Amino acid sequence: DCFKAFYVHKFRAMLGKNRLIFPGEKVLLAWSGGPSSSSMVWQVLEGLSQDSAKRLRFVPGVIFVDEGAAFGKSLEERSKTLAEVKPILQATGLPWHVVALEEVFSLPPSVLRCSAQEPAGSEGAYKAAVDSFLQQQHVLGAGGGPGPTQGKEQPPQPRLDPQSLARPPAAAQTEALSQLFCSVRTLTAKEELLQTLRTHLILHMARAHGYSKVMTGDSCTRLAIKLMTNLALGRGAFLAWDTGFSDERHGDVVVVRPMRDHTLKEVAFYNRLFSVPSVFTPAVDTKAPEKASIHRLMEAFILRLQTQFPSTVSTVYRTSEKLVKAPRDGPAASDSSPCCLLCMCALDVDAADSATAFGAQTSSRLSQMQSPTPLTETRTPLGPCCSPGVGRVQGCGQGACRREDPQACIEEQLCYSCRVNMKDLPSLDLLPPYMLAEAQLRTQRAWVLQEIQDCLIEDSDDEAGQS
Amino acid sequence: MPAPPCASCHASRAALRRPRSGQALCGACFCAAFEAEVLHTVLAGRLLPPGAVVAVGASGGKDSTVLAHVLRALTPRLGISLQLVAVDEGIGGYRDAALAAVRRQAARWELPLTVVAYEDLFGGWTMDAVARSTAGSGRSRSCCTFCGVLRRRALEEGARRVGATHIVTGHNADDMAETVLMNFLRGDAGRLARGGGLGSPGEGGALPRCRPLQFASQKEVVLYAHFRRLDYFSEECVYAPEAFRGHARDLLKRLEAARPSAVLDLVHSAERLALAPAARPPRPGACSRCGALASRALCQACALLDGLNRGRPRLAIGKGRRGW
Repeated sequence: DCFKAFYVHKFRAMLGKNRLIFPGEKVLLAWSGGPSSSSMVWQVLEGLSQDSAKRLRFVPGVIFVDEGAAFGKSLEERSKTLAEVKPILQATGLPWHVVALEEVFSLPPSVLRCSAQEPAGSEGAYKAAVDSFLQQQHVLGAGGGPGPTQGKEQPPQPRLDPQSLARPPAAAQTEALSQLFCSVRTLTAKEELLQTLRTHLILHMARAHGYSKVMTGDSCTRLAIKLMTNLALGRGAFLAWDTGFSDERHGDVVVVRPMRDHTLKEVAFYNRLFSVPSVFTPAVDTKAPEKASIHRLMEAFILRLQTQFPSTVSTVYRTSEKLVKAPRDGPAASDSSPCCLLCMCALDVDAADSATAFGAQTSSRLSQMQSPTPLTETRTPLGPCCSPGVGRVQGCGQGACRREDPQACIEEQLCYSCRVNMKDLPSLDLLPPYMLAEAQLRTQRAWVLQEIQDCLIEDSDDEAGQS
Repeated sequence: MPAPPCASCHASRAALRRPRSGQALCGACFCAAFEAEVLHTVLAGRLLPPGAVVAVGASGGKDSTVLAHVLRALTPRLGISLQLVAVDEGIGGYRDAALAAVRRQAARWELPLTVVAYEDLFGGWTMDAVARSTAGSGRSRSCCTFCGVLRRRALEEGARRVGATHIVTGHNADDMAETVLMNFLRGDAGRLARGGGLGSPGEGGALPRCRPLQFASQKEVVLYAHFRRLDYFSEECVYAPEAFRGHARDLLKRLEAARPSAVLDLVHSAERLALAPAARPPRPGACSRCGALASRALCQACALLDGLNRGRPRLAIGKGRRGW
């Protein structure tokens, strides 16, 4: 009992402390079938059914992504998993969606664009929203019993999502997806790609059905591992977004992690004691040896270190709380700074020849093209015309060059770690069409922007010009 | 199967493959490329202005040997002059052998050498004595904590004695990567905020320090030493097995096996960390006892020595319980 109270309190406190979820808001719960997300869904269900003072006040829906095609599961195995998944989803009583990962091939390029951000709600705005909501409830007759009262105010959600369930995914898409994943050379890059595609898919579903928040069930242990893994992948600049409570890089849809405070052990105990239903779905790295990918290595390392130094996970977690989402050049540049094509974070690469780790890697590539004299000057970049730059396609003035080297043009639009991942992909043509289309569009926009640069009026720094 | 021709001079047979790029190069071209990259790091980061007197922290090991050699080759280009400063921590069976190597190198390169000993600087405390003093405390000895802090003080002192304007150390990319991993695992937000750049610019009267080998991986340093036939001391410190860094080093080795660019990816991550202002260390002032750079009333070296002298060696290690 005490354990349950403590567990539930942690969950509610995490939501309440951050005050990001407004009453009446539609929230999509990303359920993978695993213990943490199952526990999260269970918590939400319990929270919805409590008496009105402490009831959770948002409108949830559940989504399950079927990733079987990414690692070669046959259709029978996938339908078997789906058969296990469906009863659990139906038992939740919430609107649920099942999507297959193949649907990434029919996503529109708009998924990759950061929509306009809503102004961040201040403390006052949250309180005002809660007050007005309570008033509304009161007016509508607060005598309404427990249950999804919000459902009465909106047009009834379809309990079933006929599109994504009735029709199995097109065989061509399945084939394309498995081809894409088979062509990736390392397990590390596969896992990263899978995560990216899954995020985009969930994002798209959330936007399509009007959800403004997505909740994922990452637990404390998983987040500590994720933090260290991302450090090793070169994502040091984005740690706050990847492992913090809220992740607003997509603009209109915010990803929230309410299980951040719960360790895997607690989740396991809770699920066992209170029989929380969960489904085991094999992932791309199930039964992979420890050395297979950076994710596996980090996981094994941290769990092993944890046995020797029991405070490891909590130390890493506390350190992650000290990270901030600092834009590099200050708030003024946030609107115009280019975002990575895949992970949608602000690009973190400098000019090619600077004295940074990135600079060291690019300049060593260029040095192979010159005859070595021991004490040469700092080299003039010879390299391909599309020299890596911060999104601005400097050398790409000529349209012909652009078409010759599409790989480099896509690479320029990626952040450091996405670039490293893409190196493991022999051919970028196998990527889903929405990525290629968006990359093409951005390249064209940048080229056009450069052409008309002289005519554009921009905000000048000095205030004197503006009366 | 005969070796392929060198990728840059196309004349001689390739003798090695660069670990990072897999490029096949002959010995001379590789050494030239290595030197060019170090030069690039120094110039692009504006680390050593012309006319600087540079104190090289020489331990006799491969990193400082390679550093001294490369810098010596680059001195006409950069317009600097070099001084070797070696620190004698008083670790029997290890440091004396290393110092012999340093003396040989100084003689061969004709560079002035200054040796600074812990015994003289820190009131008779050698590392062996420190280890004995902290041995009985039940927990691990944390020798590296003492050694690291005291060595930096000793280096600074040695550099001042020879009139240097900059201090360079031979930290390579692997060291930087291990450091950032270690700092995260131990939750050391202060060090995370401070590290990751190109060295410190020298605030509050301390000499500016930098690490020209920062972007060279350890394998390349070893390869360079091999091809230039440098004589260095290659054994591990006697106290190394107890260090926490060993875990980070082990992890780094595995990461590198899984993905060769992992080392530089970590260095890149370290450069871009954004920590909350509250977590950053306060602006440093001066130590009340010795006048060196300190972020609290006493600099860490004085605090550690204080603890040793009072017979309470763990006094300054970890967070102070009484909020000092």
